[in-house]
Amino acid sequence: MSEEAVAENTAELKKVFDRPKSLNDEKFSYCPGCHHGVINRLIAEVIDELGIQDSTVGTAPVGCSVFLYKWFDVDVIQPAHGRVSAVATGVKRARPDLTVFAYQGDGDFASIGTNNSTHAANRGENITTFFINNTLYGMTGGEMAPTTLLGQKTTTSPHGRSARDYGYPIKMSEMLAALDGPTYITRQAVYDAKRIDNAKAAIKKAFRYQMEDEGYSLVEFLSACPINWGMDPVEANERIKEEVEEVYPLGDIIERS
Amino acid sequence: MGEKKLMRGNEAIAEAAIRAGCRNYFAYPITPQAELLQWMAEHMPEQENGTFLQAESEIGAVSMVYGAASTGERTMTSSSSPGISLKQEGISYLAGSELPAVIVNIMRGGPGLGNIQPAQGDYFQATKGGGHGDYRLIVLAPSTVPEAAELTFEAFELADRYRNPVMVLADGMIGQMMEPVELPSPLDLADLPPKPWATTGKDGRKPNVIRSFALGAEKLKSINENLQSKYENIKRAETRYEEIGVEDPDILLVAFGTVGRIAKSTRRLARNEGIDVGIFRPITLWPFPDNRLAELSQKVDTVLTVEMNAGQMVEDVRLSVDSDINTPFYGEQGGVVPDPSRILEEVKKYV
Repeated sequence: MSEEAVAENTAELKKVFDRPKSLNDEKFSYCPGCHHGVINRLIAEVIDELGIQDSTVGTAPVGCSVFLYKWFDVDVIQPAHGRVSAVATGVKRARPDLTVFAYQGDGDFASIGTNNSTHAANRGENITTFFINNTLYGMTGGEMAPTTLLGQKTTTSPHGRSARDYGYPIKMSEMLAALDGPTYITRQAVYDAKRIDNAKAAIKKAFRYQMEDEGYSLVEFLSACPINWGMDPVEANERIKEEVEEVYPLGDIIERS
Repeated sequence: MGEKKLMRGNEAIAEAAIRAGCRNYFAYPITPQAELLQWMAEHMPEQENGTFLQAESEIGAVSMVYGAASTGERTMTSSSSPGISLKQEGISYLAGSELPAVIVNIMRGGPGLGNIQPAQGDYFQATKGGGHGDYRLIVLAPSTVPEAAELTFEAFELADRYRNPVMVLADGMIGQMMEPVELPSPLDLADLPPKPWATTGKDGRKPNVIRSFALGAEKLKSINENLQSKYENIKRAETRYEEIGVEDPDILLVAFGTVGRIAKSTRRLARNEGIDVGIFRPITLWPFPDNRLAELSQKVDTVLTVEMNAGQMVEDVRLSVDSDINTPFYGEQGGVVPDPSRILEEVKKYV
């Protein structure tokens, strides 16, 4: 190739992939194959695209994503386990001009904080909630969660979760969709490109509803935890598709605006 | 100061909070503080950007306080004993995250569900922690309705000054009683100190983070040492008390809140019988006015502590004074409010 041709080609090169502005340079501490990192990135991309980095306050859970404040280049509050929906409520009620997101795991959202998450949804709090459902407690050592599938072995259900002892996997999104308060509830996954695109669109929609003062949005993510599932990342992705989606089907559950 | 009004204690506390610039109030109904919540429901929406929200639970309410306080706005919750137990998680987090907020406890009888009568059984809980970890609340104990309003107003100033939760510890008697109150004039919110640490959107600066979490031992040690040094500053600067007739008394009577007020009647009764009862009433229960109490105790043989509990503040009294001084205790429990003449009977045992 002639020098002129190289110069011409280079001039046309565009940077098409970079870290979102709303993430900083700190490395994620998530395990290989975990989906939190993908979800964090998608949220940051959407914050960039909506131009709300300067007016966003994130509220982080206790669990693997406790370090959101290290990774996000936005103001972050790190409250008590389970209280994220109530804390996000306090921020939003005090400062309705801010965009507030609640990032919660299944222990946080669906177990110890169920009372707070349910009532935030029922009041139609004008916040955006991301609910990361990986069917167990990732950080404390892979214990059973209310979202654990029947028969699933965890460190506190070593013989598999039995319905007799622990009931059935809790369907938070369907439960909350039965209330009149929420505006938008959807369940997404991020194990392939198509689903990542869908998930990002859902995140954007959930933020937009808040910005338009439309009320409560919930995006549930089926998330992989290969380490605690005892699988490699590819098997973990397969498990979501083959097993987890059977119990927790993907797609919009309600949308009322 | 503003106009004088006849008000119930719970209402005076609520109105004083609004006048102190509180614009965010989250709570859950419980007797005997219900009128406080009801006053806020009525009057907070009249304020520009005023938020009243009845929370799903006490835990929800204190967590909403955590969120609203993170934005730097003046924020309050209130409850009574069993509800305050539920709030302890959030109170520990507020202290650990150095968030200013005001928590009002209109104490009732305990333990457990107890009853809805006035009591002082939450002294330990308020002054010794209550929640997990090494932390302190500034604890203010009013003995009358006007003082409850005054201390609530001041509680917001102290909370902001030290970035620390402040508890107003009253009881069902003060909450329910009506007295003439001269309310403070409302503060102009524009005059409140700026809070550059608050999470209000990063808008051109580095992100602010509100947390009580530090994974490394050295890091948490240094955070905790900073907290302790702040508490030392508070001890030095903010210890408050009232003292009456302490020049040369026959006996010193120590009591806080409602009992501190009743003790004044005992002093009058005692004078008729030729006994000079000095009164020492701690207003800050934490920091406890130990130095002043130690000085005053040098003038007497007996320091009698009276409380509406089984003996809680008396432990701080005994830690404050020399061991050769007699430090008896008289308490009533279960919602029984001690009569001035009954306290006098106790006094006579020692003079």
